[in-house]
Amino acid sequence: MSKGNSKRGVTRRPSKNSSGDLEFVQLLTPQGEPIKHPDYSVNFTDEEYRALYRDMVIVRRLDAESLSLQRQGELALWASLLGQEAAQVGSARALREKDMVFPTYREHGVLWCRGLDPILPLKLFRCVNQGSWDPESHRFHMYTIVIGAHALHAVGYAMGVTKDGKVGSDDGEAVIVYFGDGASSQGDVAEAMSWAAVFNAPVVFFCQNNQYAISEPVERQARIPIYQRARGFGFPGIRVDGNDVLASYAVTRAALDAARHGQGPTLIEAYTYRMGAHTSSDDPTRYRVDAEVEAWKAKDPISRMRAFLTQQQIAGPDFFEAIDEEADKHAIELRERVLAMPDPEPVSMFDHVYPGGSPLLDDERAELVRYLESFESEGVR
Amino acid sequence: MADTLTLGKALNSGLRRAMEENPKVLIMGEDVGKLGGVFRITDGLQKDFGEERVIDTPLAESGIIGTAIGLALRGYRPICEIQFDGFVYPAFDQIVSQLAKMHYRSQGKVTLPVVIRIPYAGGIGAVEHHSESPEAYFCHTPGLKVVSCASPQDAYWMIQQAVASDDPIIFLEPKRRYYEKGVVDTSLSLDQAYPLHASRVLREGSDATLVAYGPTVRVALDAAEAAAEDDNRSLEVIDLRSLSPLDLDPVYESVRRTGRLVVIHEAPRTLGLGAEIAARVTEQCFYSLEAPVQRVTGYDTPYPPARIEDEYLPDLDRVLDAVDRTFTF
Ligand SMILES: Cc1ncc(C[n+]2csc(CCOP(=O)(O)OP(=O)(O)O)c2C)c(N)n1
Ligand SMILES: [Mg+2]
Repeated sequence: MSKGNSKRGVTRRPSKNSSGDLEFVQLLTPQGEPIKHPDYSVNFTDEEYRALYRDMVIVRRLDAESLSLQRQGELALWASLLGQEAAQVGSARALREKDMVFPTYREHGVLWCRGLDPILPLKLFRCVNQGSWDPESHRFHMYTIVIGAHALHAVGYAMGVTKDGKVGSDDGEAVIVYFGDGASSQGDVAEAMSWAAVFNAPVVFFCQNNQYAISEPVERQARIPIYQRARGFGFPGIRVDGNDVLASYAVTRAALDAARHGQGPTLIEAYTYRMGAHTSSDDPTRYRVDAEVEAWKAKDPISRMRAFLTQQQIAGPDFFEAIDEEADKHAIELRERVLAMPDPEPVSMFDHVYPGGSPLLDDERAELVRYLESFESEGVR
Repeated sequence: MADTLTLGKALNSGLRRAMEENPKVLIMGEDVGKLGGVFRITDGLQKDFGEERVIDTPLAESGIIGTAIGLALRGYRPICEIQFDGFVYPAFDQIVSQLAKMHYRSQGKVTLPVVIRIPYAGGIGAVEHHSESPEAYFCHTPGLKVVSCASPQDAYWMIQQAVASDDPIIFLEPKRRYYEKGVVDTSLSLDQAYPLHASRVLREGSDATLVAYGPTVRVALDAAEAAAEDDNRSLEVIDLRSLSPLDLDPVYESVRRTGRLVVIHEAPRTLGLGAEIAARVTEQCFYSLEAPVQRVTGYDTPYPPARIEDEYLPDLDRVLDAVDRTFTF
């Protein structure tokens, strides 16, 4: 591991611009002031600005409720999106209905924007099923827990889009795959990028660099900014302020449009921060300091949007209060539905192993049924 | 010296001792350094042995095993941690085609003393990919050795023996037993400790034989206890310990006395270890068998959602039912 090898043109740390901020596309400062960018802009109505805020507040509230359900023993695990609302909502709202999404296990905000029932990930994390929603119904694939594997699925899907003649015009379709900074080290992700480049696949690689893969800081995965890797594969890479919902939207929108028009893949690195633990099983005090977390709090995606809406007089206290109330309502409903969620029938474990079933599984199912019935006839041992 | 340790802590102490014994021993994996591993099995080791010897790797399993092979070629003895059973598969080529075969391909010129630790099997109420039992893939691969510990004493000694061995070893840790306590005699030498590739009779009995390994050893012992109390049956319990190579002589010897055998594992039944053991016992003990060998295993499905894993996993009642069946022939 060489150190400080600037003579090869490699910087070990992300470069800083004059304002001391990282170089990335930003349209809203942490204080909520709009700033101009030469290449990216948004053109929202007031209504649309408010809708982005609403999405972020609701997904944060649902996330908090899910975490508390986990703490109360109702979920086995929860992977919180806290801090990543802007990256997820901004990118997801840039999608068109027929675009296809391949998420990891943390994209509850994207799931919300795609219009799926927010209870679905809680079924997975309660361990009543393994994420069994229909990927086509909302053009949102199942969650993938095996890090990086789905990047290849996204590229293959995008190759299929091309084969179907669905790229090359404004009517074209695009595919987006979400993954983390840690995932960027996986062979599958590197292979996905090679394939995407070679086949000019209409795919957007959306990497949420939340600075950590469990305990490992991003320096354990990459010695250059992640977005710069794209160049080596032969397509553009760009870094966006992932805590800026407007910039996340604009950059993703442009990349999706390039893909649907036949201009091939883009890698977007959304520079953000995992404000909570990796999952409910994790203890981040073992590997990061409070000061770091505090510094990122000042860049919070929701308060910045709120400041913007206030300063621009797009929304006021009444609106914010109403959204908070609405979010609470969603959270209460979510909780009630989790508490009422039945366990699956044990024999359902034999369903769907094969499309047509199998004689072996029929025998094993019968064996389990006999076994369970034996308790009824005998009384429990 | 004897300490009472959890299985997890025994592994931690065993790893520490292996690191002390030989400066060429390295630990590498995801989150093994600063965090001490998601199960804290490597807790404190980076602090004491440094980042050069306890390495937080990039998130890439093929990379972990592939570079461990390179380090072994260069004279190091890497202990790799795969975070969970279901995440070993990205490393499958490196394990099965590279690690397992290099000694053979080099006609013995190359040895690869790599240990791959895998917290495995179910029963912890986890989401998918965190509860699997992949041992058969590795046992089916000549060139690899595969072991599984079931007690703190074995955890402490087997991990050190595995590190000292020149073979590539898949070291399977029953994660749901990490917190079970037992007495560990730390005063032995490696040679005095019970041999790595030997099975062991844990409880003597005369009516039927139970064979288990890893997480199901506790199930077998509990079943034997219940059978003694409730059914007045005397069950012998054997912990396989080594899954490849298998040490079946104690099993044959036992079955010749009891005439009945039940094999217990969490992995799916088809082509699992139970199949191999049943075949060999049938070959060796045909005239002693009073009943066909019974298998109590996971079903031939993907590991199910954890809310119904209790019905999937072999438990005491299923084991006792299988014992009952051996008395109906
Ligand atoms: C192949 C594989 N290896 C290991 C893991 C265990 N694991 C789960 S999440 C994680 C870290 C992922 O980090 P990153 O890609 O940055 O995503 P984040 O969790 O930060 O969103 C690890 C190592 C896994 N799920 N899959
Ligand atoms: Mg990350």
